[in-house]
This record gives sequence, C-alpha cells and structure tokens, in this order.
Amino acid sequence: MRTILYLIRKEFIQIFRDKFIGRAIFGVPIIQMLILVPAVTFEIRNVNLCIVDRDLTTESRELVSQLEGSSFFKVRFSTFSEQEANNLLHRDQCDMIIQIPSGFGKEIGNGKPGKLLVSADAINAANAQLSWAYLNGVIRDYNQKRVALNGVRMAGTVVPRIEVTSRYWYNEMLNYNHYMLPGVLGILVLAIGFILAGLNLVKEKESGTIEQINVTPVKKHHFIIAKMVPFLIIGLIDLTVGLTIGKLVFDIPFEGSIALLFLGSSIFMIAVLGLALFLSTFSNTQQQYMFTAFFFMIIFILMSGIFTPIESMPLWAQKIDLINPAAYVMRINRMVMLKGSTFQDISRDIYALILIAAGFTLLAVNRYRKTA
Amino acid sequence: MKRFLGFVKKEFLHIFRDYRTLIILFGIPAVQILLFGFVVSMDLKNAQIAFLDLSKDEMTQKISDKICSSGFFRRGDNLLSFKDIDKALRGNETKAVIIFEKNFGQKLIGEGKASLSVITDGSEPNMATLATNYVTAIINDFSRELTGLSAGGTLLVQPEVRMFYNPSLQGQFMFVPGVITLIMILICALMTSITITREKEFGTMEVLLVSPLKPVQIILGKVLPYFILSFLDVIMILLLSWFVFGLPIKGNLILLLAESMLYILMSLSLGILISTVAKTMQQAIFISLVGMMLPTILLSGFIFPIENMAKIYGWVSAVLPPRYFIVILKNVMIKGTGFLYVWKETLILMIFTAIFIGLSIRNFKIRLQSEGGRR
Repeated sequence: MRTILYLIRKEFIQIFRDKFIGRAIFGVPIIQMLILVPAVTFEIRNVNLCIVDRDLTTESRELVSQLEGSSFFKVRFSTFSEQEANNLLHRDQCDMIIQIPSGFGKEIGNGKPGKLLVSADAINAANAQLSWAYLNGVIRDYNQKRVALNGVRMAGTVVPRIEVTSRYWYNEMLNYNHYMLPGVLGILVLAIGFILAGLNLVKEKESGTIEQINVTPVKKHHFIIAKMVPFLIIGLIDLTVGLTIGKLVFDIPFEGSIALLFLGSSIFMIAVLGLALFLSTFSNTQQQYMFTAFFFMIIFILMSGIFTPIESMPLWAQKIDLINPAAYVMRINRMVMLKGSTFQDISRDIYALILIAAGFTLLAVNRYRKTA
Repeated sequence: MKRFLGFVKKEFLHIFRDYRTLIILFGIPAVQILLFGFVVSMDLKNAQIAFLDLSKDEMTQKISDKICSSGFFRRGDNLLSFKDIDKALRGNETKAVIIFEKNFGQKLIGEGKASLSVITDGSEPNMATLATNYVTAIINDFSRELTGLSAGGTLLVQPEVRMFYNPSLQGQFMFVPGVITLIMILICALMTSITITREKEFGTMEVLLVSPLKPVQIILGKVLPYFILSFLDVIMILLLSWFVFGLPIKGNLILLLAESMLYILMSLSLGILISTVAKTMQQAIFISLVGMMLPTILLSGFIFPIENMAKIYGWVSAVLPPRYFIVILKNVMIKGTGFLYVWKETLILMIFTAIFIGLSIRNFKIRLQSEGGRR
C-alpha cells in the first residue's frame, strides 16, 4: 500500500511539473464546456426563403405573410424570375424557394387545390426534411384558415377529428443544452483519461524512465494502479468543474443523485484508463499512441449515442456498442441528470461497465512487461 | 537540392518505418467515412412505444396497430396507470407513451372528436420531436382514412417539393466534405506539429540546425511528406465515397483537387505554427487536438449547421478555416459550381495560410536566436 502511495505522489509531481499540462487539465474543459455545449443544436431557426409570387392575389399574399409570421422562416428575397431565385439558392443566400404560380388564388377561390412549388437546398438532408415539415405545418394552418372562411360552403360534412396533444417529459422546452451537457461531460472525462494517461506511460517509455521503475521491486499491478489513480482523481475533479459550470451557466436540472453520477463516471474512468494503459503498451512513441488513441476515441464517441440515438444504428453496431464504455456513460449521465433515474434503473449499465472496466484493467496489467 | 531530397527521403522513411502511423493515416478516414455512412443516423427506427389505453376499444386497437406497423415504432409495454409512465420512460427503453382517453372510440364516432396524448422522452430532443411528428402524421392519416377522404380532398394548398442537390436526402452529402476537412486538420496540423516538436524535445532539432541544411529546408522537408500523404488521403476518401455511397463529384475535379491542396497547405502552416508555440509533444497534441479538433467538428458546420447556432458562434466559427473549406467542398463537389462561386472562400484560406506562415517565420527566428544565445 505504501509503495502505491509513493508511486502516486511521484505521478502527481510528474504531471504538474509541466505547467502547461497542469493548466490545460482544468482550463480546457472549462472552455470546451462553455463553447461546445450551447453550440450543438439541431433546432431549426431562420430558414431563409425566396418567394417567387407570380400570382399576386390576396390569397398568395396571405400565404406569404403567414410564412413571415412563423418563427422559423424569414422571407429574405422576393423576385419574379425563377432563374434569379435558383441563383440565390446556388450561392447559399437562401435555403428554400417557394414559387406561387399564377392562378393560385383563383383555384383556391374555386375550392380547388392550389399548387405550390417548393425547392429546398437538401445538402443537409436532416435540415431540409425538418424545414419541409415546418413548411407543411404553416400550410396546414393556412388551409384551416381558408376552410374556416369557406366554412359556409363546406358545411354539412362532419369530419371526425382526433386531437393530438403532445408533451415532452424531462425537458419540456426541448432545450438542447440539457441534452448535450451530460454527453459532453462524458467526452471530457473520456478525453482526459484516454489521452493523458496513455501519453504519460508512453512518455516514460520514450525517455527511458520506465526502465528505472522496472528494476525496482514494484509489482506490476502496483505500477498500473499508481498510473490510474491520479488520472481518476483529475477526471473526477474535471467532472465536478463541468457540473458546476452546467449548474451556474446553463442551469442544468439535476434530478438524480450526484453520488450515482460520480459512481458511474468513476467506473467509466477506470475502464477508459485500463484501455488507455493497455493500448499504450503497444506504442513506443507518443505519436504512435496518439494515433491509436485517436482512432479508438473517434469510434467510441461517434458510436456512443451522443449525437445520434443508438437505437437508430444498425444491429451489428449496437452489438459492438456492448463493449463501448462511452455508450454506457452517455446513457447513465443523461438518465441520472435529466430523468432522475435511480440505481435500479441503471443497474444493468453499471454492472456492464464494471465488467468492462475489470476486463480492460486486467488486460493492461497482463500486457505490461517489466522486461521491456 | 540533392541534400534537400535526401532529407525528404529520410522523413518518408521515418513515416513508413512505422506501420501503425500508416494504418492510422489511412485507417481513420476510412473508418470515419464508414461510420458516418452506416452507423450514425438521425432517423427514427424501431423506437419502443408504450400505450396507456384507458378505453380499450376497437378504435384504439386499430390506431396502436397502425403506429406499430409503421416501421418507426415497436410495441412496448401496455401500461395500466399514469404512475407507470414515469417508470417506463425512466427505464430508457421506452421512448414515447401514447395515452388514449376514456371512451375514445365512442367519442370519436358519437361526438366526432376524441383526444389522445403523446408523451415523449425530452432528454433526447431529436428523438422526441421526430416521434411526436410521426405519431401525429400517422394519426392524421388514420382519421383521413376513417372519413374515406383522399388526401387532396381536405387540402386547399398542395405543395410540391423538389429537394435540390440531394434528391434522395442522403446523409453522405453532408459528412463526406466534413470528414475530408477534419482529416486534413488532423493529419496536417497534428502530425506536422508533433514531428517538429519531437525533434525539439529530443534535441535532434539542434543536430539538424547545425547541418548544412537551411531552416526553411528543414521545415519544408518535414512538411512535404505529409503534404503528399494528405493529398493521397483526399483521393482515397473521394474514391471511397464514390464506390461505397455513389457520391459523384459534380464540379470540376481539378478545381476540387487544387482547393484541397490549398487547404492542406493552410493546415500544414498551422501545424508549423503550433510547433513553434509548443515546447513538448504533449503540448502540441493538446493544442491541436483539443483546441483545433473539437471546434472543427462542432463549429465548422459539419454536423451542426452554423445557422442554427446563436450569433456569437457564427463569429467564433468565422475564424476557423475549416468552415470556409466546407463551403468550397459543398459548392464544388455537390452543387457543381465553378470557381466564381468560391473565390471569396479561396481568398480567405489564402490569407489564413499567409498569416500562419508569417507568424511561424517570426516565432521560428526568435527561437533560433535565443537558442544561439544559450549555447
């Protein structure tokens, strides 16, 4: 035990000797939280419209003013030339062109459907689909208004109507900050553990100081534990810093128990550190380790479900996610912070994480050779 | 010149000697393209939906069947009371709950009006919005079928949509340019800054500096192999996205490659700049990875459109070169526009390159003098 404590002290001295790293460990997460959390949003605002109104009747103008009134759309241009409109779309000046052909008002007046031509910039498919859905909503409202106006003529047919009311639980306003912050916390911890711990070990190899440890009677598991504990502590401190920022700056609700969140993150951290130390035994230079780490981090993060739901992934990817620690911590963080899930709700994730952490750590202890 | 070539050859040997670096150089872009293409998707598929049916009649049965057979949802538990809702959603398996009011079918036929509620798990805003929208659409469909009216009958305005540039709404159109941008920053900025700081950290830089090679030649020699490798990477990504996803290059290929070269040059000069600032490899890695990589992913408009962010992020991203390169790629690759549409962005990238090179020359010289002074 005393050996471990001395080793840990040595690690801390080593880490903080480099002033830059000492500052970066705490500074970078703060900056990242402040910049990245609010940046990530899929909410659509300000879809720029170009209107080509060839009709110029009351009906068409009404439709345009209805579009202007919605919070999603901004009528930026209106022109009579289709070519000019296409040009605007081409130059990224507008996102959507709405063409109202002449005769639109007349058709509607006669109770016939009036045609609209919509051209959307669909390079970002998700965005295009959403804007299109919003546009349909506006048109539906417009339709209802017209139907009410024409009500006298349409009377007589009772249409059974199903009223749908919807509510979003745990995040009434669909605030994306609430969605991203638990995920970013997970990524921060992941990055700190993965990069710093692995680099640390490889650096000792590169500069030869590891040989000095190897000739001492320090046991393999002592050495690995001593390498893990400092980064575990740093990671948890970073987590605290991140949580404080979340509370103070973004006013994140915290429904569940903090202890549970820290428990989940600690186990996650051990898994990450174990894997980092395991991978570092394969690398001889910091550069090599960096690329290996980066390779795995990209896969972990993209597959963790931070940006896109795991349920939407193909089945084989979901199977791979069973050994992806980031996928578990993403789920645990969100469930505990936003939904107030209890230990029972997340017990399966916790147990799985423990298994993964134990597995990776054993691998690391096993791979590490004192006779390097 | 011969000396310089020898130096370049040495650098190449350094890179090729290590198979890991090579695997990563070409493995990361390939994995990213494939992950983005096959794994990361925003679509709602097979989301588990639970029902709280207070009515239990034929009508509610029909509606729930219709919802579950849509392919978007999969039937979850049948809840018994309102208390169960929280439990179901908290367990994280269930994404949405539908509540039918009492006497749903009776009311619908008798009074012509019945209501149901959709409760979704707002902790995942995207899923929640999508699920609500899909349920609403399915129910609208259902009530239309119920009245036997065709879709057009109730609509006065019929919009017709043309999705420009990407008619089948594929995600690839967005992420292939993004991945190229990201990989270039990674390889050029990160790798060059590491190799140069490595020489500094181990003191071999001094060995190089006292050799008859000029400092400019040393830096160029360090950078040239990465220039070639990144260029190969661009070509590999383009080929991969063409063969696997059938993504065509609509515009001029030469223009595209030329713009890529400019961007590579920009990233390389950024890498050199980082190496003049960082003293150790760890610092270089930290600066390029945390300072460059994450902002590039999140603020360059690659996954998250900049237009949707608060204004201030628009300004922040304005100083990030990747943002401009993505615009160029989108224009040339997908829209098929010519140089006239991207000259502004090209100019901005050139300015960035010039600034980075200028700054690094300044920093580099100062370092040399102080080192000379120490010796």
